[in-house]
Amino acid sequence: MTSVRLPTGGAVDRGRPLAFTFDGKPYLGFTGDSIASALLANGVRIVGRSFKYHRPRGIWAAWTEEPNAIVDVARDGKTIPNLRATTEPLANDITVRSVNAAPTAAADRAALIDRLAPVLPAGFYYKTFLWPRWETFEGSIRAMAGLGRVDPNNRPPADNPQFNARCDLLVVGAGPAGLAAAGAAARAGRIVFLIDDHAEIGGQFVHRGGAIEGGDWRNWARGVARAVEAAGGRVMARTTAYGVYDGNLVCAWERRMAEPDALWRIRPQKIVIAAGAIERPLIVPDNDRPGVMSADAALVYLKRYAVLVGKRVVVATNNDSAYAVAEALTEAGAQVELVDSRASGPACSLPVTHGAAIEGVIGNRSVEAVRIGERTRDCDTLLLSGGWSPTVHLYAQARGRLRYDETRAALVPTGGVEGLSVAGAANGAFTLADALREGHAAGGGEVAGPNAAAGQYAIQATWPKADDQGRRWIDFQNDVTLKDVALAAREGYISLEHLKRYTMLGMATDQGKTANVNAIAAMAALTGRTIDETGTTTYRPPFAPIPMGVIAGRRRGALVNPLRRLPLEAAHRADGAQMREYGGWLRPAWYGPHDPERAIEREAARARDAVALFDGSSLGKIEIIGPDAAALADFHSYNRLSTLKPGRIRYGFVLQETGVVFDDGVTLRLAEDRFLVSCSSGHTDAVRVRLELWRQDRFDARRIAIHDTTAQWATLIVTGPRSRDLIEACGLDVALDDQSLPHMAFATAMFERGPLRIARVSFTGDRSYELSVPASRAGRLRARLAEKLPAFGGGLLGLEALMMLRAEKGFIVIGKDTDGTTMPHDLGVTGPRDLRADEYIGKRALSMPVAGDPRRKQLVGLSVAGGDAPLPTGAHVVIREGRARRSQGYVTSSYFSPSLGRPIALGLIEAGLSRIGETVGVYHLGAERRATIANPVALDPEGKRLHA
Amino acid sequence: MQIFPCPFCGPRDETEFHYVGEPKARPEPAGSVSDAEWAGYLWFNANPKGETREIWLHLTCMEMFAMSRDTATNAVVASEASARPAS
Repeated sequence: MTSVRLPTGGAVDRGRPLAFTFDGKPYLGFTGDSIASALLANGVRIVGRSFKYHRPRGIWAAWTEEPNAIVDVARDGKTIPNLRATTEPLANDITVRSVNAAPTAAADRAALIDRLAPVLPAGFYYKTFLWPRWETFEGSIRAMAGLGRVDPNNRPPADNPQFNARCDLLVVGAGPAGLAAAGAAARAGRIVFLIDDHAEIGGQFVHRGGAIEGGDWRNWARGVARAVEAAGGRVMARTTAYGVYDGNLVCAWERRMAEPDALWRIRPQKIVIAAGAIERPLIVPDNDRPGVMSADAALVYLKRYAVLVGKRVVVATNNDSAYAVAEALTEAGAQVELVDSRASGPACSLPVTHGAAIEGVIGNRSVEAVRIGERTRDCDTLLLSGGWSPTVHLYAQARGRLRYDETRAALVPTGGVEGLSVAGAANGAFTLADALREGHAAGGGEVAGPNAAAGQYAIQATWPKADDQGRRWIDFQNDVTLKDVALAAREGYISLEHLKRYTMLGMATDQGKTANVNAIAAMAALTGRTIDETGTTTYRPPFAPIPMGVIAGRRRGALVNPLRRLPLEAAHRADGAQMREYGGWLRPAWYGPHDPERAIEREAARARDAVALFDGSSLGKIEIIGPDAAALADFHSYNRLSTLKPGRIRYGFVLQETGVVFDDGVTLRLAEDRFLVSCSSGHTDAVRVRLELWRQDRFDARRIAIHDTTAQWATLIVTGPRSRDLIEACGLDVALDDQSLPHMAFATAMFERGPLRIARVSFTGDRSYELSVPASRAGRLRARLAEKLPAFGGGLLGLEALMMLRAEKGFIVIGKDTDGTTMPHDLGVTGPRDLRADEYIGKRALSMPVAGDPRRKQLVGLSVAGGDAPLPTGAHVVIREGRARRSQGYVTSSYFSPSLGRPIALGLIEAGLSRIGETVGVYHLGAERRATIANPVALDPEGKRLHA
Repeated sequence: MQIFPCPFCGPRDETEFHYVGEPKARPEPAGSVSDAEWAGYLWFNANPKGETREIWLHLTCMEMFAMSRDTATNAVVASEASARPAS
């Protein structure tokens, strides 16, 4: 056991122990521990295996930047994969498993992979694409790759709320700079959101301490929090601001204690990024051994969790910040030696070797000794401090630029992002006094800010060099060494974006938080460029992994794209309807629990032989109202509508300006100044938008109104040779004889003291009546009609059978029997094109050269021999061109017609209308069949059934 | 997500808006419009980098309006109710 829990100190509750297992072994930790601190307290050193070489890895960091300690955590039988042990609070009875290791991290079967490292350079699998064959390796590479195990049983409820908020100032990070900024702004009366991803505010104060105005920092921080809340703001702990988006929208993930996690969308007037900085490793040989840790992390484990990470510790540094770590560890009982690459450093009572570096790390599964120059020093722990990289992620996401500052050995912000400033360590201000001063100024504070001792920080950069020897890790999580960067440079991938894609550097779940700056410096050294010339990669959200459920919020399952529901859904279900989605509506597909194919055939046969009742309520019902209604209706439609008489109905198309058919349907002229456009169920919203746009753009908008009444009305359709008999039997007060109510006319009456409209239009080719009543009366109308069905040998009709009936008649469904090129003349409708002199949408396009192309696809029928199976929908009509097949179109609708006793089909086929009778090949999944091009109307081409 | 100003409803979330297009006069009458003119109306846009004026529809109030914004910075400069044809 190298790391141990100390008997006192830290912010853990020793009175509340927590039991957990790691890789099958039981351990105890305390409330207040992270999983990582509990593992360290139990002396666990190997917590994972590296991604590519399966090298044993220990804990490097204490927070979000952790590259090694990635674990799957199971609780109550549900596993969440790929959590960072360093940020995940310990909980009772959790089962923690290492990833990328089998059976355990300590005894990993794939550990031998590391011996193959010489033949597995960066990008080795890209090279297998070229030689010998990727497929040879694909299986084993895929089996080895990947991190945690997804638990198929873990389907968390869609219960994450999403909140929208505004504030005057958003401060990201509640360390010294963030607290100073928030305090200054709140005391000036501004509404401040102060957010921090830790459970408590304080940032580096928590483990490095500090005095403000000569007093405990905690008193000062509490005062700031009170001021923020008093001014109407919020202090949000356990909240990760993970992205800055357009207009400085900031998204944050809040981990709430007793409630589901929440997503916050915050729109501040101004943002201060005070997110601190992340310590970099020194790029020394074998710097990935378990027991090599960030120096600052060792201090965090000591102060927050009372865990001493080692007994014999070497602290290697190039800057002042590690000295405090060495002193604290010594005070806690460790034997510590400092190795400072600089010629001199701050005054220190500990043994310090100046001007030296770590030349090697000895020990496979754990640090056993280090080589310092010519000397070997036994130790169990090596702490590295290679300097600090400002946490500029949010600033850079907002397109802020960075420049390299040699005196601080850091990429620091240059400013210039509107509404956003950076303060404290995130801005390269690495001393307490500087951080407080910058924060106070960024929060709009005047005169003097909070006062603290000046402090000191100096660094001398020790970047990787081109001639460095040995295996030196730059990216721990994706196993990228300095040699891999050198290989990428040699092969020409000197742009950082190429380096990243070639070696996977910075592409792991830690997004290179500890790796990227060293990688930039390494590439600069390898190519003889400056760090500024080498550049940076693009910073993108999220800053840290965010649960998908938080981003999705409640928009999951049925709520992703909510279906529209019929007012009569309950009645349909009571009659055994199987509901399916059609054009965004949930509608009855067929009725009854039995074999759908037989149910659909029976429904279709009854509709043809007797009578059927069908719910058409989803059909659009958009009214065009006003003195200029006819002018808009004419312009909007391919078919003229101003010539329609009140009480009459006309079928037609509406086109896009490209001439392509956009929708079809009937229009009723309710009155001289009132039209009702009955569009396809799935097109209602789009047709309404079209009508509004042209009303406002082209007409006097005061003389026309558009009103979508789809939801207000329910429409029940009675179709079949006995439809009129059935309605007459229902005793509705309306004359149904063909003189009073001919095809394509409508009548109005009263039903249950409300309006009733009966329209004679047909989607089946049979005599049909569409009965529309206010949705509130739909149930009673349906009951009245359904009650009479048995007496006439009728039944209910679902969408599937209806689709078959309309296909028998060659009636199209837009988007199914037409595609994005179909113009009205491709459907055989040329009247308005040839006759209308006035303007309408799409008119000019119908005389473009493309409209006259003789190879245009046209709608036709396709017939096959009676005993054959129906053609597959989507099958291609092909001709031979030499040895190759060329598609001339495809089957759009295909059914077995019970009325005709043979298969029927519709298709879009090149020049099809002039090829009726021609036999063509129909190709599908490797097989070719024969079919004959036919009239699209397979049943009753004379239309006699409409009046039967 | 951006906030767009509807001249009638004020600042609203961008998901409430429908982009109509660049302001263009529809070439008419069809009989005197060349193929090239019609193709230009259908398919050719200025698509400038920088400040541009666009037609939008606010779906929740169904009012069309013109919005001036910068396509490079996404900054909205102004929005105004569109001029209506006189009666």
